[in-house]
Formats: sequence, C-alpha cells, structure tokens
Amino acid sequence: MMDTVKNAQATPDEEMPYADLGLREEEYASIRELLGRRPTAAELAMYSIMWSEHCSYKSSKVHLKQFSSIPKGNRMLVGMGENAGVVDVGEGLAVTFKVESHNHPSYVEPYQGAATGIGGIVRDILTMGARPVLVMDPLRFGDADHPDTLRVLPGIVAGIGGYGNCLGLPNVGGEVVFDPTYQGNPLVNALCLGVMPTDRIQLSAARGVGNVVVLLGAKTGRDGIGGVSVLASATFEADGPANRPAVQVGDPFTEKLLIEACLEIFDAKLVEGIQDLGGAGLTCALTETSAAGKSGMVAHLDRVPLREATMDPTEILASESQERMLAIVTPDNLPKVLAIAEKWGVIATAIGEVVEGDRLQILWHGEAVVDVVPGSLADDGPVYHRPMQRPADLDSLQSQALPAYPEATTELLLQMVASPNLCSRRWVVEQYDRIVMGNSVLAWPEDAGVVRLSEETGLGIALATDGNGRYTRLDPFAGAQLALAEAYRNVAATGAVPIAVTDCLNFGSPEDPEVMWQFAEATRGLAEACAYLETPVTGGNVSFYNSTAGTPINPTPVVGVLGLFDDVARRTPMGFQEEGATLLLLGDTADELGGSEWAWAMHRHLGGRPPRVDLAREKLLAEVLIAGSRDGMLDSAHDLSDGGLAQALVESCLDKGIGARVVLPAGLSPFVQLFSESAGRALVSVPRSEELRFTEMCSARGLPCTRIGVTDGTALAVQDVLTVGLDELRIAYEATLPALFG
Amino acid sequence: MKIGVVTFPGSLDDRDAQRAARYAGAEAVPLWHADADLHGVDAVVLPGGFSYGDYLRCGAIARFAKVMDTLVEQAHNGLPVLGICNGFQVLCESHLLPGALTRNQHLHFIHRDQPLRIANNRTAWTTAYDEGQVITVPVKNGEGRYVADPATLDALEANGQVIAYYQGNPNGSMRDIAGITNERGNVVGIMPHPEHAIEDLCGPGTDGLGFFTSIVKALVS
Repeated sequence: MMDTVKNAQATPDEEMPYADLGLREEEYASIRELLGRRPTAAELAMYSIMWSEHCSYKSSKVHLKQFSSIPKGNRMLVGMGENAGVVDVGEGLAVTFKVESHNHPSYVEPYQGAATGIGGIVRDILTMGARPVLVMDPLRFGDADHPDTLRVLPGIVAGIGGYGNCLGLPNVGGEVVFDPTYQGNPLVNALCLGVMPTDRIQLSAARGVGNVVVLLGAKTGRDGIGGVSVLASATFEADGPANRPAVQVGDPFTEKLLIEACLEIFDAKLVEGIQDLGGAGLTCALTETSAAGKSGMVAHLDRVPLREATMDPTEILASESQERMLAIVTPDNLPKVLAIAEKWGVIATAIGEVVEGDRLQILWHGEAVVDVVPGSLADDGPVYHRPMQRPADLDSLQSQALPAYPEATTELLLQMVASPNLCSRRWVVEQYDRIVMGNSVLAWPEDAGVVRLSEETGLGIALATDGNGRYTRLDPFAGAQLALAEAYRNVAATGAVPIAVTDCLNFGSPEDPEVMWQFAEATRGLAEACAYLETPVTGGNVSFYNSTAGTPINPTPVVGVLGLFDDVARRTPMGFQEEGATLLLLGDTADELGGSEWAWAMHRHLGGRPPRVDLAREKLLAEVLIAGSRDGMLDSAHDLSDGGLAQALVESCLDKGIGARVVLPAGLSPFVQLFSESAGRALVSVPRSEELRFTEMCSARGLPCTRIGVTDGTALAVQDVLTVGLDELRIAYEATLPALFG
Repeated sequence: MKIGVVTFPGSLDDRDAQRAARYAGAEAVPLWHADADLHGVDAVVLPGGFSYGDYLRCGAIARFAKVMDTLVEQAHNGLPVLGICNGFQVLCESHLLPGALTRNQHLHFIHRDQPLRIANNRTAWTTAYDEGQVITVPVKNGEGRYVADPATLDALEANGQVIAYYQGNPNGSMRDIAGITNERGNVVGIMPHPEHAIEDLCGPGTDGLGFFTSIVKALVS
C-alpha cells in the first residue's frame, strides 16, 4: 500500500527505516517534531537526502561562514548560496564558475562517475543562465603503479573526455596527482565556467501563484538512488563499495540538447526561475525552488516521464537521473517553452504549479504522499559543531628530519622529470578536446587555461586550479593558503588579474575530530588569504568522508582562481619563445623541501614543514607578472611549484624545444636552488631589448630578480651541475604515463 | 558568397566552421538539420561534433536528416561540400564518399596538432595549397580511423582522390589517409579540423584557412 500522508497520520507508530537512509536517531526525532507526525516513506527519503552531509553542509556550515565575510569587491553579482557565484567581467558580460567533487561515484564506476561529474557541474553553470564555455578537472589517484589506479584512471579520464567532448566544451586544464593517500578514494573534481550577458542571470526561486512547474530533459529512472545520502555521505570500508546502482549514468547528447534549449528559453526571457536536478534529483529541485521563493507548490509525481513504469513515488523523488532541469514558467509562456523544447528534441512536462501558502505538496494519483514546509528541508536541517582535535601525530610529522640532500646531477633531474607527479600529462589530456568553440588561447601544459570571451575586444579569462595534500597534511592552515597562492600565481603568470575563487574542499570524515580540525584550519587559512589577496570565494563544494577503512585522505583543498584579461592577445605563455632571451628568477629561494616532490618521489618521505607563505610577496609577484604582460616585456613566464626551478626549466624548454644555459648564483647548494619549492617565485624569459626595463621595474617595486642565464641551443645546461639534451629530457618526461596506462 | 553550415542535434564545431567561413571572406549561413531548404548557399560545410550523440555508428542517423536529402541531390549536381570529422562520417554514411570511419585503433579519443601532407590541390576546397605541402591542423576524434576495402583504397590513390595524408598516423587510418574527395572533386571529407587552424591566437596557426579561401576563390571565378 502507498504510504500517503493520510496513512502516516493513521499509523503514527509505524517504524521507519531512517537509519538505513543515513539519518541519525536525533535527526529522525526532529523530523517528527517538524511534521507533527511520522514522515511518509517519501518524506523520509526527502529529509534523508536534504539533510545529508552532501546537501546540507551540516558539519561544514559553521566554518564556511568565514568565506561570507570576505569583502566581495565590486564584481560579485551573485555570491555563495545559489548554484554558482556570478562575477561581472565588464562589457555587459558576467562569468559564473564552480568546482565540485564526484569522488565516490568515480571510485565505484569510474567512467560514469567521472562523466556525470562533468554533467552535473555543467548544469549548475547552465542554471545560472550562462552558456558553459570550458571545463577543467583536478584529479587525484593512488600510487601510479597500484592496480586500483590502473582500474580507475583510464575510466575516469575516458569518462571526463567522453562527456565533455560530446558536449563540445574545451577542457583547458586541471591536475593529475598520484599519492597512496588517494588509493581506494580517488578525487575527481570537476570545474565548469560559463558566460552570459549580465541581464540573463537566472535564479532558482519559484514565485507567482499559478505559475507552472516544468520538468525538462531526460526521463527519470532508477539510477543514482541513494547517491548523495549514502554514497557521498559515508566512508568506504576496506573492501570497497559495491553500490553501483547508486551511480548515475550519463547521456551527454541529451545534456547538449538541454543546454541549447535552455539557452534559447533564457534568451526569450521565458522562465521565472530555474533549478538543475543533480545530486538529490527532484527532491532538491522542488524543495529549493519553493523554499527560495517562499511559495507553496503542488507537484504531481505521476506526470513525471519515467524510464520504468513501476517506479514508486519515493524512487522518483530520490532518483538522480542526469540531464534534467526544473523551470518555473507563467501559463502564458508555457506553450513557447514547450515549443522550444520540442525543437531541440527535449522532453518537457508540466508537473505542478506554484500555489498559495507555504507548503510543498507532492501528489501521487491525487493522493498526498508529501506535505511539508519546504524550508524545513532546505534550511532547517541540522547544524553541527563537530568536535575538533589537532592530529596526535602532527608534532612528530612536523619535526621529522628530511633525508640527506644529494648532489644535483643529470641523473637526478631525469629521475625527477620521469616521476609520476612531474612527468608529462600528455596521455591524459590528449583524450580531451581542448579547442572546440575556437576560443582556447592557452590550455595544457600552460600554467592556466586562457579562454577568449569576446572576438571583438579580446576580453577573456584565465583559470587555474591547484592543491597540495602533502602540504596540507603537514600544516592545514598553510597548505590551504599555498593552494590558493599557487593558483593565483598561475593565473598571474599568464598575465591575467586574479579576481575570484572557487574551492572544492576534499577531506576525510567530519566525525573524526582530527579531520574536523584540519578542515577548520584549512578554511581559516583560505578565508584569510582570500581576503588578503582580494579574491572572494564565489562558491564551491565540500566533500567529506574521503577515507577508507578509517584512514582519511590527506586533506586536499583544491582552489580555483579566476583571472581577467582585457585583451587575451597579451597572454604570456610558459614556454621559451626564442633563443637569446634572458632568464630571470623572480622571488627568493630558501631551503624548503618539507613535503616536496623530491622528498616524496625519491624517498617516499612526508615530514617537516611546507614552504613558508608570504601573501604580500605573492601579490607583488603577480603585479610584476601582469605589468610585464601588459607592457609586452615577457616572452614567457612559468610559476615555480612542485619540483621547483628544475621542473620549471624543463617544462619551459620542452614546450617549443628551446634550450637554456643556466648559471646558478652563489649561496645555497645547486640541489636546493633547483629542487626547493619555495613559494612566491616564477621563471621568466625576457627579450634582451626588454631586460633593462623589466629588471628596473622589479627593483623599483622591490621584487627580487636574479639573472640566471639565457635561452640557447637544444640542451638544458646548468653550469658545473648538469647538462642534458632536450631529446633525452623529452623521452624521460613523456614515457612514464604511456608505460603505465598503455 | 554564402557558405552554409549545417547544425545537427549534437553538432559542436558548427560555430567554428562559421567563423572560418567568415575569416575567409564568405557569409556564413546557419542551416538546420530539419529544414530541407539550403537557403541558396553556394557551398556547405558539415561540421564536427557528435550528431545524435553518435551512440549508433557515427553519422548513421544524421544521414537521414531532412537537410541531407537536398544536400545529397545537389552534391551530385556539383554543389561543393566539405565534411569535417563528424561531417566526414556523415558523408561516408550518405555514400557521397566511399569507405567508413571506425573506432581509433588505440581505442582512445585523441586530440593533438597533426601534420598533414596535401596530396590533391585540385579539389574545390584545396587549391590554396601546393601538392606535397605539409600543414598542421588539430585532429580530435574517437572514431577517425579511415577504412575501406583494398580495391577502393587502390582506386582512391590511383585517381588522386586522397587529398591529405597523416604525417604520423594518429588513429590507425588505412594508408595514413586523413581526407578524400569524390571523383568530381566537389565533395571533400577530412578527419582533422582545418576550421580550428585559422588564427594565431587560438589553435596551431593558420594552416587550415586554405580550405575556406579555396572555396571562396572557386566560387568567385
């Protein structure tokens, strides 16, 4: 028998399986109190979804508040809380961007998990009224040669490519990091950016009594049930999950049609409010639109087009079938919306309407199966101040001595560039379309993706994502700041002015006090640094429960920084452009190899302190890089981070096959100068004619600038230290991933 | 001078083809798959993408679009047609060109800057090039491996119908074939993307623009 509201009233004592749905006893008690009766099966499913960690941010909310107090500047049009933040970029255009996680689904079913990660973030951007114009994907895997990495990596890469390529969105950057901390819990973060005229911004609120609730897109099926409440909000056991039906299956073709149909509908100004269906499906979309509009709503679930006719109301509400949107439309505009949908072959169905009052009623063949105040689902969820505790092993980790430093040799350099975290990502990125839409100015292997927004004026954006789980493990506060600093530096290296941030905070279980402490430290560090660098957080995502068999991942905040160009034609690439240019190292190098790639790649050592953070220096360096680009003084600029100066030299040389002759200054040992990961540094090449002007600018502004050589020949030579031909270097750099993954 | 660019559901590089037509000095006219009318265009580009999702054989559904009925008929009468990537697949499915495009031999989607050697500069779309000239344009496909039976391959080569060969085969295409033409030389299919090599700022230079300037020149004279 169908569990209707009437039935629930008649059988107040019937036991409900709240624990199976991931709800705690006290949470169930407050649901009963809010409703004044026991919930129906459908209501219970909705509360379990909306109050899940994934949807409610119940453990992170108190910490995320710090991001709201960062000064917004004068560009932010929509801030945190909507589907994605919106930033004014001038010329009547606005940009919306966000990074999100799809970690657990991608572990269970790598291809579909990763594919629908792209699909989901793209709909978040579309929902704001924007045309999606690029994607990026920060990825983290277990050890490169671990069997489980071999199981998940090819599928995840193919899934990102398969979905993004078929949508026609260029993939202009991201990360691939290997570390055993992610074994059994890979991180698949997906970022999308969209652009729109500022007057096309859409919001999700359902308002206007009599307006029609229209479901657009794919039919609803049994896929993805339990995705957010169970899969994303609990940890994996040692033997891994087998919850494959909880992973959604993607259909990028339908999403492409949905994008085109929605954009045509937005342009014709035919919707009052719109919300995508992602994690939490119809439950979330019905709840959030009615809650945001403080409106009543009636929805008829029997009108929802189904893939399987036998689905019951609870399944329909919980389904996470992809490629669906919910629009609120006036009765007058309904025929026009249906016509546009039909033109694009998109199914569109009126499933309900906005009504008087403040209750969300969901009917199944005329009988109410849900009758709630939507705000109780969306806003009245639990908020936890979880206990926190500094990790017991942190002092001993931080005080660990580093392995003895070696001589810097050609052999060491070759080993380092061939190591999994420093080697070429060609095997991965060649599976992505990086140029569709014809506006990709810079993409992999550049420091940041650069995309043109206007062919007429050259207005464009740069975007980079970074994160370092080892640094954050050693010092969560500094690690989060270093992630921001690196992305900020990467964007500035291309010549763009950093203006805003999105973040994906990947952590272990919030029920573990040590994880919660890491989270609190990382958010505090990030919020402070964002305020200092004047890059407000526009939105993002928290991914908890990234742990396997009780062991959390290294805390991994991934930070995306958006930069702005008034003309992308002045972008600075990272590769050397011509022989005879002067090589300058900007910033200071110190003996900082704690948490470094060298310590890890050569000794599997994680200990000590991460590099020192100097935000004032980061700001100054960015100003110089931007000015250098604006005044046409730079041939190339490359940020120094993992692998230090050595890695930057290698990448800048190999890009166009132009070598370098380097003379290291006296002082620190060649090994430290080449492999230290001190922050706030960049390697630039400057044409002889611009050298004086550029170095004078540096000294006028007080930025240390050291002449370390010239571009020359077909080898990388560091005087008295090492010499290697670029051909040999290229073989070492390129061979690793193909050898591992075929 | 009007160059039509067909948009099928799932076409992706349609705007890029329109941009390339404009860069070459033509007017770009968007054509719609469900509209049989070619709106008086002088030439047609079938763009890249994943028409109908390409869940079936690539191009297998697009060939039944209304616009294709008119297009096939007019191509037989000499209308210049360029099929790029998915467009090439549609031309093969429509039997305007022989052979087929199958899954890449290594089974991966591949995107890279690809050197091509121009082998026939007498078609409507390739006169801007020299025979033997090596150009670099991006290739990006998952099902770009050109296949045909040996007799067809022999005939294509003997008749000079191969318009471009890969220099370093990216997908296992038979005899390194990147693009072909029909006997008349008005219909050309090419797997790599010349429309993505038309400006220095975005893409690997301007080597691809010649396909579009060729047709503009052919139509003027």
